[in-house]
This record gives sequence, structure tokens and C-alpha cells, in this order.
Amino acid sequence: MASIDLKSVRKVYPGNVTAIHALDLSIADGELVVLVGPSGCGKSTLLRMIAGLETITDGTISIGDDVVNKKEPAERDIAMVFQNYALYPHMSVRQNLEYGLKNRGTPRDEIDRRVTEAARILEIEQFLERKPRQLSGGQRQRVAMGRAIVRQPKAFLFDEPLSNLDAKLRGQMRIEIRRLQRSLKTTSVYVTHDQLEAMTLADRLVVMNGGRIEQVGKPIELYDRPASLFVAGFIGSPPMNLIPVEALVAVAGGTMPDFPAGTDIVGIRPDQVLLGSRDGITLSGTVELIEPVGGESHLYVRVEGIAQALILVQQGRASVGEAERVDFILPLAALHGFNRESGRRVE
Amino acid sequence: MDTKRTVFPSQGLPYLLVAPQLIITLIFFIWPAGQAIKSSFEREDPFGLSTSFVGLQHYARLFQEPAYLASIGRTALFALAVTLISMGLALVLAVAVNRLIRGGTAYSTMLLWPYAVSPVVAGILWWFIFNSSTGILPYMLEFVGVDWNHQLNGAQAMILIIIAASWKQISYNFLFFLAGLQSVPQSLNEAAAIDGAGPFKRFWTIVFPLLSPTTFFLMIVNLNYTMFDTFGVVDATTAGGPNQATNILVYKVYSDGYIGLNLGSSSAQSVILMLFVIVLTVIQFRYVERRVQY
Repeated sequence: MASIDLKSVRKVYPGNVTAIHALDLSIADGELVVLVGPSGCGKSTLLRMIAGLETITDGTISIGDDVVNKKEPAERDIAMVFQNYALYPHMSVRQNLEYGLKNRGTPRDEIDRRVTEAARILEIEQFLERKPRQLSGGQRQRVAMGRAIVRQPKAFLFDEPLSNLDAKLRGQMRIEIRRLQRSLKTTSVYVTHDQLEAMTLADRLVVMNGGRIEQVGKPIELYDRPASLFVAGFIGSPPMNLIPVEALVAVAGGTMPDFPAGTDIVGIRPDQVLLGSRDGITLSGTVELIEPVGGESHLYVRVEGIAQALILVQQGRASVGEAERVDFILPLAALHGFNRESGRRVE
Repeated sequence: MDTKRTVFPSQGLPYLLVAPQLIITLIFFIWPAGQAIKSSFEREDPFGLSTSFVGLQHYARLFQEPAYLASIGRTALFALAVTLISMGLALVLAVAVNRLIRGGTAYSTMLLWPYAVSPVVAGILWWFIFNSSTGILPYMLEFVGVDWNHQLNGAQAMILIIIAASWKQISYNFLFFLAGLQSVPQSLNEAAAIDGAGPFKRFWTIVFPLLSPTTFFLMIVNLNYTMFDTFGVVDATTAGGPNQATNILVYKVYSDGYIGLNLGSSSAQSVILMLFVIVLTVIQFRYVERRVQY
């Protein structure tokens, strides 16, 4: 087990394409850090650089006390779970689990002990003699995890491990990964583009965009206080409503607060918009569409003068119908201010 | 397997569409093959005026004839050597090209050229290179103390046809190996690298086993090639000589039949070769078409 430290790490591909801009990140021993962002944001590249599958253009990566820049993947003592699992198709599950241990010259009885232990933890004992193609997606996923844990490495690296599973299985495996990581206390870096997966798994969340870190913090901190417009739009589902201040001032009634200097976009979470008319910024609009999700309903409300439809979350069933007029307020305490130019939060 | 059924507007059309292929097969393959089987049971007088039925006599004689048995041995040596060399080199080249990030296509194209050269031309090319009086290679070999003369030395003649036949086949094998290598997911290699396997170990424990369907298919195809398609190479370089040293089965069919004018024995030999190709084809259908399971 070990911490992972990234110091001004850069990745430039041939042709001068910069994938990662001087990036700093410290991952504590035993922590599960999730890298999340849209495709092409550099999260997978960063993970592969930690694994040693991509070269590092600049900066240093250390695992524990060793700088690993020049080390081969095998020498870094990490294990990786791939998106397509990358199980060796011609080997049985047992052989898949043993491969890494055999290559490192682990004694036979130790190999057997660890494989049995990993198979027990992941409940794949009855599949040990099968080939990967005889397994379902969820079982393959477990084998891939098993291959990582038998090695007892310094760190686990997960590269979108759940994206090939169906929604139900994904939810189950997410919980299992969390439980497993908690009990093994192995430092883990987990890459995903799924913000729900990111929120629920992470000890700390790293939101990336365009090869840069937008914000690092506990998932709930990022949700409560997004540091940039990008994070505000990326974290949370349905996404935060982002309204230009000039449009809001022009159409809203009620008490308009004095926004701090430099605020030209305000954001508000859909579940904090309140129906009815009370204190706060009052607005009214036409319900365009209602999405009943079950426990709550998502209302898409078109307000004259605001380009984008606003999303409101109402608990339970919607109290209004489509095409009806609706009054609602934006409570002042729930507003987030942003600067359009810099994209950063304004306090 | 799921095959899509096509419905034709008239019943005759499908037969009309396969007719050209059928006619060519019948005239150029089935009929001569039938003739060969028929004449392998017959003896013809020197002027071709009368034939008499002799049963299995030609076959029985063949397997008592030392020259034929020696030819089987030579053919086996030739077939194994060509298959091993052409597949081995093709695999090395395919692995090398597969590692390239850029320029892979250019190399592939160039490596495919030998396949476009006809066997006779390929044979003549090597004949020139190895020609004992004018060739460049014998001249250079003399500096290392090798006296090259494949017109006199049987072993050297065999080496010559093995090189000429392998050279042509490398392209074909290369193409299939490259396609096979490209279908091995990169992530398997990466997973094995993280699992502590070095490049050689990765190749032998991960990539090569995954190539086994391709390897098996190529082995059958190459054996077929060395048995039947190498007539041109042999004819253009050594013509079976010196002293029968390169008289492999397929060439012996020709030399006994057309030069020796022993049509009965020649037919019997071609029937034996035909049986061999049938066996290879059956193996191919049984195992390759079903794909080698791993």
C-alpha cells in the first residue's frame, strides 16, 4: 500500500497535442480517488500514465516513496482493471488469476492460497476451471477484480470497469467495489465518465476537463460548492440550472439581491427551486415537458426571456400539467454565482 | 450459422448464375481428375493405339520403387522446410510491422509484392541469383569457403528450391499473421505487462496462443502449396535435378508422365497426391472452419 503523488505531470502527444496540462494531485494511502470528466478530458491518459502504459512528458509520478517515471508497468506494483476486462481468453479463470503471481515467481502454495482467498471474496469459486467466454459480463468483471486483488499490489487502477455492464449490474458492482476497497484499504484510482458512479464511490472526486483539474474534493463538497461552471454542469443529475444574470434581472420579480461583483451567471440545483410564490426571486413560465421518474418529477419550464428551459424537481407526482403556467421562486441561499469569462465561482 | 435465404424470381436463374463456375470446374478439374483415375488403372502402348486394364498394378509398383519412396521423403523434407521457414519469417515480419505506429501500410504493401510474382518468374529470379557461373550469391559464398553449384550438388539444389518456394509464400503468411495480430486486443498485452510478463513472455503466453487458429489454417494452406503449387519453381530452377535430388512428388508426376511418357504411373501418382489434398481439405473443414477453440 502506498500513496500516489503527481507533480506537474504533463502529457504531450506527437504533433504537439497536449493531453494533460501540468497537473498536481496527491492521493493518500488507502484512499479511493475517482477521476471523472467527459470523454477526451485526459482522465484515462492520466490513469495509464500512473500504470506505466503511457510515457510521461514532464513532471514526476511517485508511488510510495519511489519516483516511477522510468519504471516498467510490472515494476510499479500496481494492478489495473480494464474496461473490456482484458481477461486472457485461452486461459481458465484460475490461470488468469495465477498468471501475474507465476510471472513474479510466487511459490506454488502461496499462489494457491491467494487464488482460493480471492475466489472466496469474489464468490467465483465455482467458475475457476471455466474459460472467460463461458462467463457472463458480471462474472468476468469479478474475475478481472480477482486478478487485481490476488497480486496484493500497492494500488488498484480502474479504467471505466463498469461501463460494459447493464444498469442494474452496474449498481451492484459499484457497491461491491466500494465494499472491497474499504476492506482491503488499497489505494485506488478509478476513472469513469458516469457522475453518479463517481459521486457514490469516491472518497475524493477529481473533476477533469480539457486535460486540467477543475476541482478536487469530497463528492458532496463538489455538489454543494462547485468551483466552476463546468463542475456545476457536470455534477448532479438533472444538471444545475445556469441562468445569465442580465436575463434573470429582466424577467424576474420579487427581491433581486445584490450579486457580488463579476457575477454574470447564477446557478441553482433543480431540487432547490420551489413552486409557488414566496420570498426570493420569483419567476413564472410554461411547463414544456414533465418527466415522471417515480419518486420525483422533472419539470422543464420555459420562461420568456431565458434561452434555456429551466429544470425543476418536484417530489412525488407533478402538481401541474404540461402546457400549464407555473410560478416558482429561486431561494437566495441556494444560488451559486459564476463569472462567464473565467468560468470560476464568484463568492 | 445464420444464412440469409434469397428468393429468386424464377427457378432457372440460380442455376444459370452458378453455371459458369460449374462448367469451369467440370471441364478443368472434375473431368481431368476422372481421366487421371481411369488411366491410373490402365497401361498404354508406346504409340497410344491400345490400352489395357491393369488394376492396381501401377500403385503396387510405385510403393516398391525406390525412386518414388525417395521422392516422398524429399517432398516431406521440402514441405516441412518451406512451411517452417515461410511461416516463421512471416510471423517475425508481421510482429515487426504490427509494432509500427506509422508506415505499417507501406511495409505491408512492399512485403506483399513477392506474392504477385508468378512461380516460374520467381524461380528464374533465384536461378539467376544462385547461378554458379554468373550469380552474385555463389560469388560471395566463395569468400566464406562455400563452393556453390546446385547443378552438381543435390543438397544445394534442395536449399535453392526451398528458398525460392518459401520466398513466394512469405507474403501470403505475413498478411494472415498481421491480420491475426491486429485482432488481438491491445489491452491483453497491457494487462500482461502489468502482470509482470516481459515482451517475449507476453508473445509466447498470450499472443501466440491467440494466433493458433491462424497458425493452423496457414499450416494446412502451406502444406497444400508446397505439395501442389511448387511445380513452376522447381521447373524453372532445377527441373528435378541433379540426379533426382529435387524431384518432389508434384514434379515427378510431370517428369514421369510427359518426359518419361509413363502415363499410367504418372496418373497413379497424381491420384495419390489428390488423395492427400482431400485429406488436408477435410482436416481444414473439420477444424479450421469450426475455428480452433481456445
